Amino acid sequence: MSPKKTVKRSFRNAKWFKALIAGLWQDNPTFCMVLGLCSMLAITNRMDNAIAMGLGVTFCIVFSSLLVSLFRNVIPSRVRMLAYMVIIATFVICVDRFLKAYFPPISEELGPYVGLIITNCIIMGRAETYAIKNGPLLSALDGLGCGIGYTFMLILMAFVRETIGFGTLLGYRVMPGSWVNWVVMTIAPGAFFLLGVYLWIFRTIAKKTEA
Amino acid sequence: MNATNPLILLVAAIFTHNIALVYILGMCPFIVISRNFKTALGMGVAIIFVVTLTAIIIWPIYWLILVPAKAEIISYLIFIIVIAATVQLLEMLIEKFFPPLQSSFGIFLPLITVNCIVLAVCLFMVLRKYDFIQTVFYSLGTSAGWALAIIIMAAIKEKMMLVSDVPKGLRGAGITMIIAGLLAFAFMGFAGMITLQ
Repeated sequence: MSPKKTVKRSFRNAKWFKALIAGLWQDNPTFCMVLGLCSMLAITNRMDNAIAMGLGVTFCIVFSSLLVSLFRNVIPSRVRMLAYMVIIATFVICVDRFLKAYFPPISEELGPYVGLIITNCIIMGRAETYAIKNGPLLSALDGLGCGIGYTFMLILMAFVRETIGFGTLLGYRVMPGSWVNWVVMTIAPGAFFLLGVYLWIFRTIAKKTEA
Repeated sequence: MNATNPLILLVAAIFTHNIALVYILGMCPFIVISRNFKTALGMGVAIIFVVTLTAIIIWPIYWLILVPAKAEIISYLIFIIVIAATVQLLEMLIEKFFPPLQSSFGIFLPLITVNCIVLAVCLFMVLRKYDFIQTVFYSLGTSAGWALAIIIMAAIKEKMMLVSDVPKGLRGAGITMIIAGLLAFAFMGFAGMITLQ
């Protein structure tokens, strides 16, 4: 065995790499745990909204995981939920202010959904299942993995909804001129159907079924 | 201030602007708890109670304390703390004074803290500048609308489990999404009734 190969293998088995990669596929917040659906369905009718939301959630998840993990020996277990919420809310305020200052149109369109990142169960879920038991660096990486996995799903949803619903992508016309927009894709029913179909496809591939 | 008639607001929040099927909020319990009709009913009642109560508490805190103090920036933090505290208090009161209620809806209370609807109602009420009476009717309507949606969903799923043969990969969350889509179509039928600005 060449030394190069050994290095590669140890890299793959390293704990930090596993923590990072878990959120992308086998622990993907949307497909395996069906969490954080509210923003996923409501926001994804346009690509720019989806990207802004994804990055916002990733930011919150990384830093709240880091902070929860740093304070994990100090937070009493009885009030840990409240502690998570306060930590998360602090970062959500940062995201909200940032969007308001630099991207006012997106902030306008997302409206209350930015504030609702606080109750996005993914962030709470990562704090409760991972960050409270593990070191700060690993928790932050786990959060980053989950955040990227979530953003990826948002982009996947927005890609289909914006191209079919508006005939555009990131505001640029991509469909031919004779294309008739499927208005239903831009509103609630289209979002539900699309996520249902995605769940079907991904669960069939991953052979992960429920009774 | 927004000048919509409170009663119109109530109807709008239940049907034309249903929070679950039009704004797509409160989805996590919507998927998980809708397996059983009775549980859905308990959750629905608990939500109506908590949402209305927290909206009534948060309205004066926001407009009478945070706005004059120019501290809107920390409103998210305050909202979350108030919601968590209200839920905790309610849980203790029920345990102490109404033990029979504990088994029917007390068990759902801790779940509600992390439910988006409670926070969403507070955010919408601030964003649309409702006055106090409007807030009461709006929060009541919104939570009743959510309860209605989850109860319909649970009833459909309970019937469906007996008779239908759903493809393997679609079972669970997948089929719930498809049903929710159809329900959302049905609720679109109400859409022309009322337009809110």
